[in-house]
Amino acid sequence: MKKIQRGTLIFGIGIIVVFVAIQLLVQFKILNSFWFTIIRLGAVMAIVSLGLNLIYGFNGQFSLGQWAFYAIGAYASADATYRWTQLHSALGILVLLFAVVLSGLGILLIGRWISRIRGMDALSQFALYLIAIALLTWMALLVAKTLDAPVTALLNAIPPNISLQIVFFLSIILAGLIAAEVSFLFGLPVLTLGSDYFGIATLGLTIIVKVLLDNSDTMLGFPEMKGARGMIGIPKITTWFWVFSFLVLAIVITRNLLLSSYGRAIISVREDEVAAKAMGIDIAFYKNLTFVIGSFFAGAAGALYAHINGFLHPNTFNFIKSFDPLIIVVFGGLGSVTGTVAASFAWALVLEGFLRLWLPQGFETWRFVVYPLLLLIMMLLKPNGLLGSYEIAYLRDHIPSLRKKDKAQIQPPSTYPTAATDAQEVKS
Amino acid sequence: MMTVATAAPSATLNNNNAPVLSVQNLSKEFGGLKAVYNFNLELAEHSLIGLIGPNGAGKTTVFNMITGIYVPTTGSIKLYGEEISNLEPHKINHLGIARTFQNIRLFSNLTVLDNVRIAYHTHAGYSLYDSILRSKKYSTRERELTEKAQDFLEVFRLEDRQTEIAKNLPYGEQRRLEIARALAANPKLLLLDEPAAGMNPAETVDLMNLIHFIRDKFNLTILLIEHQMRVVMGICEGITVMDFGEVIARGTPKDIQSNPRVIEAYLGPGAAALSEKFKRKKNQ
Ligand SMILES: Nc1ncnc2c1ncn2[C@@H]1O[C@H](COP(=O)(O)OP(=O)(O)O)[C@@H](O)[C@H]1O
Ligand SMILES: [Mg+2]
Repeated sequence: MKKIQRGTLIFGIGIIVVFVAIQLLVQFKILNSFWFTIIRLGAVMAIVSLGLNLIYGFNGQFSLGQWAFYAIGAYASADATYRWTQLHSALGILVLLFAVVLSGLGILLIGRWISRIRGMDALSQFALYLIAIALLTWMALLVAKTLDAPVTALLNAIPPNISLQIVFFLSIILAGLIAAEVSFLFGLPVLTLGSDYFGIATLGLTIIVKVLLDNSDTMLGFPEMKGARGMIGIPKITTWFWVFSFLVLAIVITRNLLLSSYGRAIISVREDEVAAKAMGIDIAFYKNLTFVIGSFFAGAAGALYAHINGFLHPNTFNFIKSFDPLIIVVFGGLGSVTGTVAASFAWALVLEGFLRLWLPQGFETWRFVVYPLLLLIMMLLKPNGLLGSYEIAYLRDHIPSLRKKDKAQIQPPSTYPTAATDAQEVKS
Repeated sequence: MMTVATAAPSATLNNNNAPVLSVQNLSKEFGGLKAVYNFNLELAEHSLIGLIGPNGAGKTTVFNMITGIYVPTTGSIKLYGEEISNLEPHKINHLGIARTFQNIRLFSNLTVLDNVRIAYHTHAGYSLYDSILRSKKYSTRERELTEKAQDFLEVFRLEDRQTEIAKNLPYGEQRRLEIARALAANPKLLLLDEPAAGMNPAETVDLMNLIHFIRDKFNLTILLIEHQMRVVMGICEGITVMDFGEVIARGTPKDIQSNPRVIEAYLGPGAAALSEKFKRKKNQ
């Protein structure tokens, strides 16, 4: 057994204390439903922002698309749980499951094949993937339909409470995966553009997704999503346990990724693309990888969000709101995990909580004056964000001290044979 | 797609007797400007060759083509007999070419240690899953590569700086760190672009010492760009001189020093004649 580091221990204890404290506050109704929602919103936002921080803060790719993946995750998972609770059918989750799994396998297989043949351009790859995924999704639909009746019967055999939790949990993971797959496809042609163009393209994606959601009942053929009227009847089952567990998971995954060779490769792309390439780093691969992982976080967070209020409206996913996670990441510190989590809760508490309560009736809109002002002051006083690049001990790298060695063996002697001649040469 | 790229196949390329690097008829145009024209070069195993020439001669452009940063307009580049001019930069690195840059390109917000550890990522030997799940494989491999990186830092006398942020290092140490980083990628061929630029004479001597030392210790072939002629005279076995994109002279340091075309390239037209006169006067 290896020794557990102090930082890890403190982090573990901190997690348990925070979880139990909030849980108790909720249990004994000290925290009313308004504040309970705020806290869960903070946790959801932290997951979204951690994803964005990976993409923008660590990989250096400026993205406004995080909100699109958040929306995709929210609606995908809401549809699955809605169908289960309201229509008593497992079809929603089954279609999602098979579409995600088959497409995922398709992507992996085609990816492996493409890596063998040289020089296929990004757009042809994109077209190839798209055709394959369309086919596989259609197949998924067929498979799901045939399995609908038996799976529904199976899920009905277990207590309804538990079956709902199973469907919910699956839908969160699948929401993350579907967002990841969409981001992979989208990133393929777009990530090869520079960071600025990437930002604009991702903004476009957010706008497209919002428009599609406005017309989800007509254009997409999901009448239960009710388009611009907003989707109702989603079970409100995002407990503190669920959001908190996923937040901790997101933090641990981010930390483990960043403190590895993969993390260093991701960061090197942000630091200097040319140097990264020359050091053997496949920058296209790492941009894609980071984008996919970051979007996974957004999708899963969207699923958690959908089940807080039980209500989804396309306006929530307006591109204006896509600046929220961006502002959180910049505010908390680009490239700081600790800062991102702290800023997410600060965002929820201040903007959605206190300011909403404190400002007199009818003045809530002033929040959006206070908010940019705060940001402006912040940028003037602390341009690197609230916490800069500070991390709590758990999130820091622990570098072993040097081993004692015989220096004479590894360092050049101070008078190397050529030195003498060379020194005279230069001095003369 | 989630595993680390395959290890460098350079070992398989090593068996034949082809030169380490063979560049033929290499040219690069930038919208009509011939930055490099008909450049040829052959590097034998374990050689230390200098590429010199006045500013703007096209030396860095040659490096950029060898490392795949620029695609040559025409010509071929072979590493151990295998064509590499159509490969992406990271693949060329995997095949065994590493470099430094004229205007230092460190990962400036990373620590000194991480700058070197990045070099190991292709042969880190653990998968993405290992790193996310913190498997035993992750821990052992990560410890091994950290120790290796620390060894390199010691070679370059940077061991006390390992947790320092790279951009906070003094200039000379940044230069050394960049060489350490390139070397950690375990190259067969090391390209150094004006490694002594901005250093004082004592530091320069020190650095040349170091370059000579690593060439022997790591069994490298080194191609070194320099625009001050004097610096390379002491350590290079052969020198290629460029001017206006073309090779104007080639030979041992001694030959080069007295070559009139070289003197003119450096000091302007008529300089060679002047220098001859000067020498004759001195001898009289
Ligand atoms: N990316 C580029 N675009 C346009 N011109 C370039 C580029 N890179 C280099 N050049 C030009 O090519 C010539 C050779 O430059 P370079 O190889 O940097 O010279 P050196 O390294 O010998 O000083 C110069 O005239 C330079 O302006
Ligand atoms: Mg140059």
